[in-house]
Amino acid sequence: MAKPKVAFYWCASCGGCEEAVVDLAENVLKVVEAVDIVLWPVALDFKLSDVKAWKPGEVAVAFINGSVRTSEHEMWVKLLREKCGLVVAFGSCAHLGGIPGLANCTTREDVFRNKYLESVTSDNPGKVLPKVKDVVEGFELELPEVWNTVKALDQVIDVDYYLPGCAPPPDLILKAIQAILSGDLPPRGSVLAPEKALCETCPRNDSKPEEFTITGFKRLADHAPDPEKCFLAEGFVCLGPVTRGGCGERCIRGNMPCRGCFGPTPEALDQGTKFLASLGGCTAAETPEEARALAETLTDPLGTLYRFSLPKSLLHRCAPPGKEVSP
Amino acid sequence: MADADFEPRLVGFLCRWCSYTGADLAGMSRMEYPPNLAPIKVMCSGRVDPTFVVKAFRDGADGVLIAGCHPGDCHYSTGNYKAMRRYPLLLKLLEQFGIEKERVRLEWISASEGEKFAQVVAEFTETVRALGPLRWGERVGTTSKAGG
Repeated sequence: MAKPKVAFYWCASCGGCEEAVVDLAENVLKVVEAVDIVLWPVALDFKLSDVKAWKPGEVAVAFINGSVRTSEHEMWVKLLREKCGLVVAFGSCAHLGGIPGLANCTTREDVFRNKYLESVTSDNPGKVLPKVKDVVEGFELELPEVWNTVKALDQVIDVDYYLPGCAPPPDLILKAIQAILSGDLPPRGSVLAPEKALCETCPRNDSKPEEFTITGFKRLADHAPDPEKCFLAEGFVCLGPVTRGGCGERCIRGNMPCRGCFGPTPEALDQGTKFLASLGGCTAAETPEEARALAETLTDPLGTLYRFSLPKSLLHRCAPPGKEVSP
Repeated sequence: MADADFEPRLVGFLCRWCSYTGADLAGMSRMEYPPNLAPIKVMCSGRVDPTFVVKAFRDGADGVLIAGCHPGDCHYSTGNYKAMRRYPLLLKLLEQFGIEKERVRLEWISASEGEKFAQVVAEFTETVRALGPLRWGERVGTTSKAGG
């Protein structure tokens, strides 16, 4: 019997998700034994024309990582959707928009200005900005268009399953592949990870106080967290209460509070506002003045609470008053 | 920004014990106030998850009122303190998104303060009218699968 065909593709991503596949270590051999990898741009050479030649449904599953932010990404993911039986959003960026999704705090124009003109590391005397079309020595060249708004994969195509994490841990990847191969899959649209919040399995859960009395937020830049105590009780923003568990608590074990890469729990809907909800009972403020002073100590709530989930948050992006927002 | 036809759409999360009863009193006393606020009865201002507020904005609200019992009067003893603690955090977050902090108002309105309720709604309606429509869904609308 022919082995099922599997495709891996990347959009706006850092390559960490590709690394996660390699991190399967010797288990990757089991995967290769069971499936045929027909597309994997990071590791193997394939052409767009090869993919266009596939019959619809010919490939069993596409694992797509990275957020979607250019017309080229859009073309690829729509093509893969057409050709593949299942599409799995692989990693935080495809699942929620991820770190590149923080570009939704600003605009394409500002991103270009910063990246190509103002940053100290750019050497661009001709002040060239990315263009969709250009003519060089008589040849017309085309480049993909960069969007103003970064999107998660399911904001562009239908997605069957989600593998969360920045990057997804090897055990969840392996479990997902086994589930797909055996056909023993949860309902379509499921996130292939536990549903409970990270705090449930946090190794520091026992140090959690009966009552939280946060008097101000601390930043990791100026304060070293205790290696054993609950981060939130110490005043560090830890998104554990609103973030799905299953990550293996890798950050916690490295003395880093949860930054939320697994996305909101199924009940949470919106990671940032749900975290603010939880703070209602966790801070010590007894007057409006104290509450205001405490809010002052939370630097950059948007970037902190939606570090991985801004495009999939309820508000999707920033939109300053009076300004029109192009997609 | 001024739009002659603009009627602010306000959502009010009113605690069932004090503010909603206060709103009832305003109605029963036949006080006049603008019809712009859609009241939603909640058990306590402490039940108002900031998620409700952003959802209201996303779905078309121009302003959101959260109203509960005066501090010390909460039926559940400290629920309104939770609302009070979240409020400045929520305002700070919303300002980063580009939503003016004047679009969210927290008020303590007791069951006997029908007059205060009417006055808050009237004031709030004018504040939001001056700010103009938010049109968040239309301006940001990334829920569709259309690319671009």
